[in-house]
Amino acid sequence: MAITIKLPTQLRDAAGGAPSLQADGATVGDALESIFTQHGELRERLYQDGDLRRFVNVYLGGEDIRFLDGLDTAVPDGGELTILPAVAGG
Amino acid sequence: MAATQLQCRECAAQYPLEARYVCSRCFGPLEVGYEHEPMTDVGAVRRRIQGGPQNIWRYHDFLPLEGPQPQTRTGLPAGCTPLIRADRLAAKLGLREVWVKNDAHNPTHSFKDRVVSVAATRARELGFDTLACASTGNLANSVAAHGAALGMDSYVLIPADLEEQKILATGVYGTNVVKVRGNYDDVNRLCTELSGDRENWAFVNINMRPYYAEGSKTVAYEVAEQLGWELPDRCIVPIASGSLFTKIARGFSEWIELGLLDGDVPIMDGAQATGCSPVAAAFAAGADVCRPVKPDTIAKSLAIGNPADGPYALDLARRTGGCIDAVSDEQIRGGIRLLAETTGIFTETAGGVTTAVLAQLAERGKIDRDERVVLVITGEGLKTLDAVRDSFADYEVDPSIDSFEAVFGAPVTA
Repeated sequence: MAITIKLPTQLRDAAGGAPSLQADGATVGDALESIFTQHGELRERLYQDGDLRRFVNVYLGGEDIRFLDGLDTAVPDGGELTILPAVAGG
Repeated sequence: MAATQLQCRECAAQYPLEARYVCSRCFGPLEVGYEHEPMTDVGAVRRRIQGGPQNIWRYHDFLPLEGPQPQTRTGLPAGCTPLIRADRLAAKLGLREVWVKNDAHNPTHSFKDRVVSVAATRARELGFDTLACASTGNLANSVAAHGAALGMDSYVLIPADLEEQKILATGVYGTNVVKVRGNYDDVNRLCTELSGDRENWAFVNINMRPYYAEGSKTVAYEVAEQLGWELPDRCIVPIASGSLFTKIARGFSEWIELGLLDGDVPIMDGAQATGCSPVAAAFAAGADVCRPVKPDTIAKSLAIGNPADGPYALDLARRTGGCIDAVSDEQIRGGIRLLAETTGIFTETAGGVTTAVLAQLAERGKIDRDERVVLVITGEGLKTLDAVRDSFADYEVDPSIDSFEAVFGAPVTA
């Protein structure tokens, strides 16, 4: 299934400068795994101890995946994930 | 400038003092690092501060700015707000010494003028021409006003359902008011995305966040100076993102380390509304991270469901022996009335939260009667008038003695 993952500026250097990547998978976790196979450095930037780092937010269609099923959240074909730093605001 | 670099709070990676807020290695938040000259003559430093301008620039040695003339740094000086001894409030709560730091006395009537003054000034130093922010209202007021004062364009993005007073008190400055159909966390997400694409925009609480947050330290500096260079025993501070709460403690600890103050960082208690209490809930559960929530509270200026500094706020409360409590909307209204009726200070809903948490902690016996307590009031009651509507009775009479006496009775004659 084709999924688009939008990357924040802070991650683009680890993905060859691309603002977004195409991914595959039925869940958020699977989709992220599929981009890690092409761009291995992204895993280290986003993950710690097998889970998302605490200052990384991932949104599916504008909704924080922590309000859904986290990395197990199902992603529809053509879905769009957005990765953003969590330290903004206040 | 004593500021030397930005550093990651998580992995300690260092970066130059530019418009950057997140560590590219681990996504952790960046904050300003300083190297101060050792203070051999504390009295001289204190006198120099006391001889400074009546605003936050008297503390410019401890802020991340370059220019030598603080007086010229902004057209809208913030800070030097009153610290008022609130004996009637203390007596009502069974306490001996309560002080109210009334930050409604800032130019746009909230503590946000402190952080925006620092962020806007740093933005100008870095060559930005436009200010922007994601706001729950008070920040919008302040960014719009600072844009006007400094001659910079500004864009303020707010949740569409914000209090009317806060929208009117923003638009009047000639800014671009952008109402986003969503809650604050949606606004914040949009601004985080926008900040990546608009390189000439200084989003004060996103790409300028390390500088912005430093402005909150000035609350601590002022409290210590106003108490005669002494520390309070306890501070009660509202928590939205947790930035103000943690930076007030940082202000105290910096001055303790430099020898400007003797003693320990005060007990730090955080205050949230039950309808948006991710940090209080994590505190109660013993968790070290916050689970985001969807806000539903009258305290809209604290309605951040996904608080960026939540983990640090939790750590600070635990480290200082404080706690993070939450109060209901009814208690918030009661807190506004309690502060107003005992001190003459009319605060907005966030101040109602803080006052109600003070009352709740006093009632639970958490506060020793002999403690010196500082209550940090962050904003002005006129911005959230709906919170007090229909909360008291009034009287309507004809312009005649008879009509007046029909309500209040005849005068008592001796």
